[in-house]
Amino acid sequence: MPKNDPVDVLIIGAGASGAAVAWSLADTKMHILCLEQGGWMNPSAYPSTGRDWEARFYGDYSPSPNIRARAEDYPINDDNSPIKVVNFNGVGGSTIMYTAHWPRLSPSDFRVKSLDGVADDWPISYEMLEPFFAENDRMMGVSGLSGDPAFPPTEPPMPPLPLGKSGTLFGKAMNKLGWHWWPSDTTVATTDYEGRARCINLGHCTPGCAQGAKASTDITYWPHALRAGIELRTHCRVREILTNEHGMASGVVYYDQDGVEQFQPAEVVIIACNGIGTPRLLLNSTSGRFPNGLANSSGLVGKNLMFHPYAQVYGFVEEETDSNRAPPTCLWSKEFYDTDLSRGFVRGYAIQFGRGAGPVFEAVMSEAKGILPWGADHHRVFRKLNGHRLALSAICEDLPEEHNRVTLDPVLRDSHGIPAPRVDYTISENSRKMMEHGIARAKEILAAAGASDICLNSPIPYGGWHLLGTARMGTDPERSVVNEWGRSHDVKNLFIVDGSVFVTSGGVNPTSTIQAIALYVADQMKQRLANLFD
Amino acid sequence: MNSVDTNTVTGTGLTPGQRDDLRAIAAMMIPESAEYRVPGADDPMIQADILATLGRDATRVREALDHIGRLAGQPLAALDAQRREAVAREFRESGGVAAATLVRVVLQCYYRDDRVLRSLKLEPRAPFPLGHTLEQGDWSLLDPVKARPSMWRRAP
Repeated sequence: MPKNDPVDVLIIGAGASGAAVAWSLADTKMHILCLEQGGWMNPSAYPSTGRDWEARFYGDYSPSPNIRARAEDYPINDDNSPIKVVNFNGVGGSTIMYTAHWPRLSPSDFRVKSLDGVADDWPISYEMLEPFFAENDRMMGVSGLSGDPAFPPTEPPMPPLPLGKSGTLFGKAMNKLGWHWWPSDTTVATTDYEGRARCINLGHCTPGCAQGAKASTDITYWPHALRAGIELRTHCRVREILTNEHGMASGVVYYDQDGVEQFQPAEVVIIACNGIGTPRLLLNSTSGRFPNGLANSSGLVGKNLMFHPYAQVYGFVEEETDSNRAPPTCLWSKEFYDTDLSRGFVRGYAIQFGRGAGPVFEAVMSEAKGILPWGADHHRVFRKLNGHRLALSAICEDLPEEHNRVTLDPVLRDSHGIPAPRVDYTISENSRKMMEHGIARAKEILAAAGASDICLNSPIPYGGWHLLGTARMGTDPERSVVNEWGRSHDVKNLFIVDGSVFVTSGGVNPTSTIQAIALYVADQMKQRLANLFD
Repeated sequence: MNSVDTNTVTGTGLTPGQRDDLRAIAAMMIPESAEYRVPGADDPMIQADILATLGRDATRVREALDHIGRLAGQPLAALDAQRREAVAREFRESGGVAAATLVRVVLQCYYRDDRVLRSLKLEPRAPFPLGHTLEQGDWSLLDPVKARPSMWRRAP
């Protein structure tokens, strides 16, 4: 097997967290290499550049790796889960394919045991992460409005996206009900920002922004990291992490872009492969010393998978909405975010408000729901629906449960023959009650907005965007995989910086928090360079 | 999307009979409308677009058309209207993923046709590079929310 020159730090994965940790560590001047199984994206080939922009969402730009099936993707057996995994593999990772909705976890999310007697407290706090949230907001380029009464003060560097028609309709409805709402923080540039052009409302933001207004780490962190000397090798898929006689990680075995097996030695290994890819890699890295997978003395690698079940409700109003002609991210509400046991469940959910859909999506979804008929009346009904959709989702906090897990599939393998991950997941009773509550409130909101033809997607089946908890952080090696600064309890030169380390999920999109943690871990490493392995 | 050459669509793997059934079921889904001045989904250019862009959906669409063939027992267009409606209903109810794929393929080609988009008062173009205009909306609506006291839960 070819052996490469050793590096000081090897990062696996060039997505949200891998890019952030690479950039932060660059000022150490160490020899840092990142291996990424995908390649660089070409924005001129993104769906919004072509007339088939909506159709490609069902094909080569599907959020599901199993449907998309690009050479860079690996299959995931999620048959035994009502929520299917969605992700993206390439430089930028799933920041290529996300809605750019940008909430942070709240201070109370880090203390759920103390506050509500469930799950566990995190070993870190919001206050510890706050400077890294702010740094990350500057690096990713965040638009938003200061002063949200439902969150500690923040200072987004760009003004918020316009409310538009949809936001105005929702705002009026929420005011009628007297409930909290606020324009979302987003990573969509509303002004020209550090080489990125401002948003021109392509609308089809999720599967890659051709304008470059939506932040993805290939256009935010990576250009800075590369200029600072980080090496990034693309189309390199890591099979396993090897260890030496001292129980330390010695490097990784990977397949290069020609499919040739390579060994890459490293002094430090950092995993940034998301809550599915990270446990998969650890479980594939078995040895005599680590027969149950690397860093798995607790037995918790792959366990406690949290998704955020989404309960989506939508309806149709007489007024025109923004439809597909604006970023999908619009508003959020924290009215039902915190625990109120009179609701019948513990913890809570945020509400995420959308703007609408394009004509193909509208036709496909409405036909499937049975509200768009076949035959002569099709045209009349379609004109009533298209451009009139108001949609919102309760994004529910998923509490950790060990039976929700990632294991290795005994049969399924990727194109390199590496065992693929299998997901076993059920929605808990607490989450179901939370979803029902969210649906009822969403119906009230839509009624206040004057909507009719109400439909549900609960859970959103292809809604497994948030992959959390499968290598959790903690101070107790028997109850966690990494310590309070991201280092494996078992392997002293192995770190994890992605969503796997989440102790609990909160009820909001996690990417902002994932990247803040990656920057925090990098900062901790820099402060401890002299005794990193003690 | 109105530039497909109807003479060059090959390699779909659909038999002539399946193409006839595809055209027939598409017309049942979305018939031509003089009122809205739009073609039906059986329009030659839309059918050509469907066949030219089947791609990864071809297998499931063939399965769906096989299913229609079994339910109809003869060319769909040859059935009387009542029987044709019954077959279509049964197809949509029992056709599973294959039927859903066929329906989606028809819809995604129909609703990118220039004539259809113009009828909907939408511009027949890709989103990039022109984009769209998003109005600011009424920011005064936020005033009562701004007036609320801080409501985030403090952590110990």
